[in-house]
Amino acid sequence: MSAASDVTLLRESFGAKILELVEFREELTVHVELDALHQVLAKCRDSLGYAMVLDISSVDHLGEDPRFEIVYVIATVDDAKRLRIKAKVAEDVPVPSATDLWGGADWHEREVWDMMGIPFAQHPNLKRILMWEGYPFFPLRKDFPLAGRPSEMPDVAFSSVAPLEGGPFVTCSGGANTVVREPKARVVE
Amino acid sequence: MASPSATTVNTAYDSKIEGNMILTRVDAAINWMRKNSLWPMPMGLACCAIELMATASSRFDISRFGMEVMRFSPRQADVLIVSGTVTYKMAMAVKRIWDQMPEPKWCIAMGACASSGGMYRSYAVLQGIDQLIPVDVYISGCPPRPEALIEGLMELQRKIESEASTMEQKKALFDRIF
Repeated sequence: MSAASDVTLLRESFGAKILELVEFREELTVHVELDALHQVLAKCRDSLGYAMVLDISSVDHLGEDPRFEIVYVIATVDDAKRLRIKAKVAEDVPVPSATDLWGGADWHEREVWDMMGIPFAQHPNLKRILMWEGYPFFPLRKDFPLAGRPSEMPDVAFSSVAPLEGGPFVTCSGGANTVVREPKARVVE
Repeated sequence: MASPSATTVNTAYDSKIEGNMILTRVDAAINWMRKNSLWPMPMGLACCAIELMATASSRFDISRFGMEVMRFSPRQADVLIVSGTVTYKMAMAVKRIWDQMPEPKWCIAMGACASSGGMYRSYAVLQGIDQLIPVDVYISGCPPRPEALIEGLMELQRKIESEASTMEQKKALFDRIF
């Protein structure tokens, strides 16, 4: 039983809800529709034996609709089969939580909520995990700059914009040698 | 090898030679006591904490300086060694610990992340702990070698030697009275 035959079984059960199957260097990715996502995951866990969720993450396709894509990587324990399941999610649409299937989905979904802002329905504890409660932004979205945005929560935390270039400890590109490129400290004009 | 600074004062005392009484200034005695028993409060946040632990263990041994007493309670510590990346989420906790330390207290920013945010120019990292608390010694390195940390601690010792705490107290008192 390989992952490919598992996908065939999924196709038989769900038919048109399985949108696409991608194979790349022996890794299998199944694209499903969002409303069938939870049943597909449940079938993988119950009948096909995928007892472990390895990762849940998300992709921001800014400019497309639906904007986000949620990615589940699940695996069997004894024979180490892996399957990736992806579903496109529109903005502000909640995704059914996988915590009732795998306990390990809990913190992964909290991280997706924290970083990308995709809400999960029926999650037991959906709050921010890396940033602090009350932080107003979702940092891994494509329209959020790496340097960050200023925010203020008195007594809890604050954030400001980090200097990405032009500071006194930043290297300058294109110098003739390393001494010029990496000064010990630059005086900023 | 560290070059000795011009203001280094080396005090030593042998009771057989000097007898049981020495004459000195109060400030010199206080500074000598303080610098030779700096109890660190390790704010070990990331990789620099490993180097701090290595400095405290047998090969590099800050116990030679009287600093092996890593007091994890800020109420009992003298110097806060901020070793590691300070995220914005952790920054207020570091400030709270600093506020709980009683005077006299000093702060060492160990490593690139504590000094200036290090390589992490991002939305989540405080760009240097000196944006929140006053730093006495910055130690560069990622992570600094234990020798570099010891050099930074010795630099702090030299800084403490040059303090004049009772003179300042006297001056403040006189300014208030007269």
